[in-house]
Amino acid sequence: MSTEPGGPEAVPTSRAVRSGIRFDHVSVTYGDLTVLDALDLTVEPGEVLALLGPSGSGKTTALRAVAGFVRPSGGRVLIGGQDVTDLPPHRRGIGMVVQQYALFPHLRVDQNVAFGLKAQRTPRAAIPGRVAEALEMTGMAGYARRYPRELSGGQQQRVAIARALAIRPGVLLLDEPLSALDAQLRSGMLAELARLHRELPDVSILYVTHDQIEALTLADRIAVMDKARLQDCGTPQDLYRRPRTEFTASFVGSANLLPVRVAGEGALHFGDAVVRAAELPKGAVEGAEATMCVRPHALRLAAAGAAGGAANSLRGTVTGVQWRGSTHRLLVDAGGHEIRADVGDLRQPPAVGATVTLAFDPEDTVLLPAGVGTERPLLERV
Amino acid sequence: MSTGTVRTPDLAAPVPRPARTPRAVPRWVWALPPVAGLALAFLYPLVLVVQQSFTPDTGGHDLSAYREVFASTGFREALWTTVWIAVGSTVGCLVLGFALALVIAFVPFPGGKALSRFIDIFLAFPSFLITLALLFVYGTVGMANGLWTDATGAAGGPVDFLHTPWGVLLAEITYFTPFVMRPLLAAFSQVDTAQIEVASSLGAKAPRIVRQVILPEALPSLAAGGSLVLVMCLNEFGIVLFTGAKDVTTLPMLVYSKAILESDYTGACVVAVVNIALSVALYGLYRAVVARTAAGGRRAGA
Repeated sequence: MSTEPGGPEAVPTSRAVRSGIRFDHVSVTYGDLTVLDALDLTVEPGEVLALLGPSGSGKTTALRAVAGFVRPSGGRVLIGGQDVTDLPPHRRGIGMVVQQYALFPHLRVDQNVAFGLKAQRTPRAAIPGRVAEALEMTGMAGYARRYPRELSGGQQQRVAIARALAIRPGVLLLDEPLSALDAQLRSGMLAELARLHRELPDVSILYVTHDQIEALTLADRIAVMDKARLQDCGTPQDLYRRPRTEFTASFVGSANLLPVRVAGEGALHFGDAVVRAAELPKGAVEGAEATMCVRPHALRLAAAGAAGGAANSLRGTVTGVQWRGSTHRLLVDAGGHEIRADVGDLRQPPAVGATVTLAFDPEDTVLLPAGVGTERPLLERV
Repeated sequence: MSTGTVRTPDLAAPVPRPARTPRAVPRWVWALPPVAGLALAFLYPLVLVVQQSFTPDTGGHDLSAYREVFASTGFREALWTTVWIAVGSTVGCLVLGFALALVIAFVPFPGGKALSRFIDIFLAFPSFLITLALLFVYGTVGMANGLWTDATGAAGGPVDFLHTPWGVLLAEITYFTPFVMRPLLAAFSQVDTAQIEVASSLGAKAPRIVRQVILPEALPSLAAGGSLVLVMCLNEFGIVLFTGAKDVTTLPMLVYSKAILESDYTGACVVAVVNIALSVALYGLYRAVVARTAAGGRRAGA
């Protein structure tokens, strides 16, 4: 893939219609099973929105509802303001890239890319130029005469992207597009996707992934899904720093979730220990239960009783030590809860069974109402 | 492992071959029994047929029986009838089988799976049974004509084709279509649905998807089913016999009539040899044509 920043002439899809996506209370059910529950979500024109969630969270179903492969049992799907709920897939004008590329094996690369153009009855004379343009964008111009089986996984995925872009879609659906690639290729392709998006500022991208790194790197906004429902939606920074649900906190950045109880004077009880959060909601009732979120990398090892300053400190027993190259992950049992701490590569990591003190700053914590995905107010005594 | 030392292999040293057991039986000896069995059971009777075809009743060996058979109009007509019915049936089976398999595989409908299983059972039916069933429907006093005579009060119905070559064609297509469908259904179950979905999202409607995505992937199965049906049609006997079509003489029928009705064994063997040669030749031609048309698909088949 070419690495030069795309000049204005390298922007073939700038003529694409600016069209966002809107989920208007979209539900999908199979018999008694609800796989998507009243989803309300908007992808603005030109925006990259990542649908992030574990398997079975409903994210792929949402994407397939946009593509037209799943018929919602309730609600509407709008593309560019037009209700497409009843429109067959071939009339929706969307580009789609899937995990396993789904290239047509008996067609050459250029024929694969031309497929959509022919299907949409693009004037015959215009097709070679459009194919070359799309292949140029994805850096596959030199492979036009090859068959898919003669390409590597990364190259096949580039062809799949070129094939989707050739029809100049207003909406691009990417369904786990990098999942089949190895880690190194994946990071390279992430950068390429980011560049493509800069070159195609009008294309709305719905990016389904279970990989938080992909979502954090690429997305303008992330919608976190779990159990068929939208759990949270916001900018990557927002979700990472100020998650609104326990699920978001643990799924994005795998935060430690510590059950705490509001004590007097802004203090919180975690078991027998007293900890402080950056901010306690005004009027928090003493005795109310809450969950304190702390990222593993916000924790550090401290000498016993020397957490220093206003830092919180927790004592616990080491139950596991994992070396991860640049860091050590310590698993520490504190008051019956396992806490994960990523501390810098230690010359002498503590042994399993050793007692350690973990310190963290109140500024690195977020306080949430107790219970997964709960909407219970923090101020009520539970 | 008890010594605790690690021996480094000497890379320059020749790798010792596993010692051969003395008086090991050569491999070809193991191949002898099956080959001998095959020769005795299949090839020897065939050789006898071929030999008989060169042995006139007057004794000796010559080509007189061939000259006689080739000169007869009955044989030439039977040859032509056999070929056109077999080719026509194969084409019909391919078209109908492909269409039906497409529906069963890609259009979900209640009972689709049961239908798919029924096809397996259908393959086990004897061919004359289908012909018999068709007689009940399209025969001179069959259901179709019965409906007509009931409705119009006429003495006879208009449906009267079962004893013509078209009746044989219909019966063969009816009977052999499942032989095309079985491999096709297996192939369709392997088609990547993501390819179909992507094609659809790119703007392709069903006919284009069938033509450009599904058909290329199914070509090898279509070829396999087609070649099977072609050879079976060339040699079909039961269907032709049961339609009661006196005017329809195919090569297998000719063999039967010469051998059983006329006691002309030499003539029967000549026709049988021609039938075998025709089957092999048409099969070879078919494979060559398919190989050429499927070259693109196979090249890409990773």
